[in-house]
Amino acid sequence: MTTLVYDESFEGLLTAVFHVFESKLNAVEIVRKSQFASPLFADVQEIISDATKADRVLKRLHEQLGKESVRMLVYSFFSEDLKMEKHVLAAIRYAIANPTKNVWTDFANPDVLQLSKYTKSVGREKHRMEAFIRFEKYKDEIYAAKIEPDFNVLPLILKHFKSRYQDQLWVIYDIRRNYGFYYDLHELQEISLENIQTLKQANADSLHQDEMLYQTLWQRYFVKTNIVERKNTKLHIQHVPKRYWKYLTEKKI
Amino acid sequence: MNPDRIQEKLEILADAAKYDVSCASSGANRSNKNKGLGNSSASGICHSYTEDGRCVSLLKILLTNHCIYDCIYCVSRKSNDIKRAAFTVEEVVDLTINFYRRNYIEGLFLSSGIFKNADFTMERLVRIAKKLRLEYNFHGYIHLKTIPGASDELMQEAGLYADRLSINLELPTESGLKLLAPDKNRQDMLTPMEFVKNGIIQYKDEKKIFKKVPKFAPAGQSTQVIVGASNENDLQIIKVADHFYKNYNMKRMYYSGYIPVSEDNRLPSMHTSVPVVRENRLYQADWLMRFYGFKANEILDHNVPFLDLEIDPKLAWALRNLQVFPVKIQTAPYELILRIPGIGVTSAKKIVMARKFQKLNLEHLIKLGAATNRARYFIDFDTINPHLKIMDEQNLRQHIIQETKSKFIHTTDRQLNLFG
Repeated sequence: MTTLVYDESFEGLLTAVFHVFESKLNAVEIVRKSQFASPLFADVQEIISDATKADRVLKRLHEQLGKESVRMLVYSFFSEDLKMEKHVLAAIRYAIANPTKNVWTDFANPDVLQLSKYTKSVGREKHRMEAFIRFEKYKDEIYAAKIEPDFNVLPLILKHFKSRYQDQLWVIYDIRRNYGFYYDLHELQEISLENIQTLKQANADSLHQDEMLYQTLWQRYFVKTNIVERKNTKLHIQHVPKRYWKYLTEKKI
Repeated sequence: MNPDRIQEKLEILADAAKYDVSCASSGANRSNKNKGLGNSSASGICHSYTEDGRCVSLLKILLTNHCIYDCIYCVSRKSNDIKRAAFTVEEVVDLTINFYRRNYIEGLFLSSGIFKNADFTMERLVRIAKKLRLEYNFHGYIHLKTIPGASDELMQEAGLYADRLSINLELPTESGLKLLAPDKNRQDMLTPMEFVKNGIIQYKDEKKIFKKVPKFAPAGQSTQVIVGASNENDLQIIKVADHFYKNYNMKRMYYSGYIPVSEDNRLPSMHTSVPVVRENRLYQADWLMRFYGFKANEILDHNVPFLDLEIDPKLAWALRNLQVFPVKIQTAPYELILRIPGIGVTSAKKIVMARKFQKLNLEHLIKLGAATNRARYFIDFDTINPHLKIMDEQNLRQHIIQETKSKFIHTTDRQLNLFG
């Protein structure tokens, strides 16, 4: 058994896949660095990310299976699921073995089905984040939002927010993974706070003077737009799962 | 801006607007190209859900709840003794912009009670939309309610700034309207509806010739009918829906189960509960017509004028048309797969794709996400399907009801049925 260890990046994963085909490895597993526990007798190789090799894999899949297959790979990757690498490799192998077929629609194949499930889950949370992010306005005119998504969807939602909020400064910060992005009216910059406590404890003093007014107005609106006679808590929670309530202005009271 | 006063106004005017069930923000596709604020995504976004489970996509408020009309099913009716309030144009604009910047909403849904007359009210609504678009460079979603009887000139302007225009039919039938909303007449609603329809058609035609044509209500128009306030049957309601989908290019028809708001012998009593199951069944029937290729007369006819509350309309159709089943999953055309109870558009598409690779069985369908608790009685696989044995109607219907529990039917109702 050969173990390929990659650097956690999407490019690294695809480079590892490339290596599997190039070296015609059969008994092989791909493992991300943080999950790698050195086994005693295995053949371990460290993969160095290579943009050219990664692109070749993507291009090959794109030609055979179209744009959607690339999206499925990207979304599956961001699921961070522990078995993700295994299913990605198996699905790509299945595709390469059947070059004339559009195997990405073969939902009866367990690996293809699993990738489509990852894509669905990650896609759902991407959409949820686009909906549930709540910006708070700070004294320095920056609108900041904290998130703790199950999957690493921040890179997937930036495009949406960048095209929507072009005339205001904003930050979206993933507290769980400790990184975020800052939009400076022109471009996006990746940021990482050394002291994450400052963000967690941002209090009323650092907020813009109007911020609490609009939060209160939104909370009152949320209460008043509800029809009490039609109360349906089960449906409510199904749509807004409790784990998201922490950062939802209307639910955190 | 006085914070307490604005909060009070918002509470009154959100409360009065909540009976309009529509909250869609889809279909507009407005982009933000010039460093402005906002855009609208084609699929729409629900930013939250109220405790009754409805989507909160837009800031849905009335400009005012003062009203010269006295429609008896409406909380804002003239004769009702309630607190009244009115926003200024600036206040609505400020709330919309500030909510939008915090990612609370997709945009504004603005309606109003009718003060002075139709045009006076409509002009105010249009002015708000215009200010948002021109002064604030706002590209988010705007849904304006059309005031019955508004002039063509104002409707023309409204179409330029709003993504969606809608006018509520209120009651499914003209006789119902006469009884419950004596000041309103159907024609005042149909004229602006016709105008918007023609405006949209004209815009689409011009768009083919000229590169740049100002948008006209790009998300189309919708309407709402109240269900259960007057005594029409479901057949009449879906016929009305069918008519408006066909003749007015309606995007959506909304069905709003009547919530008792006043004691009047022309209305159901204050103690009746909201007909949520009936409302749900109407939406299901509506979806069958729009996405599943069903015709109105396949869903209901004069012998069966009401939708079955116990089972969904697609299952009901299947049970009435058992000769169509079982459907061969491996070979049947997509349209027929779509008619199998428990199989929706997504599953049907997946089935049609996956079956090219191998012979599908029940296990596959479960994994694909089809509701096999219903579907399994109607499908023929290449292997033997033991569930097909119970295909005699009486038995089958009871059998399926026992195995599938509707989330809308409360256990207490079931018990009453049992002993009733």
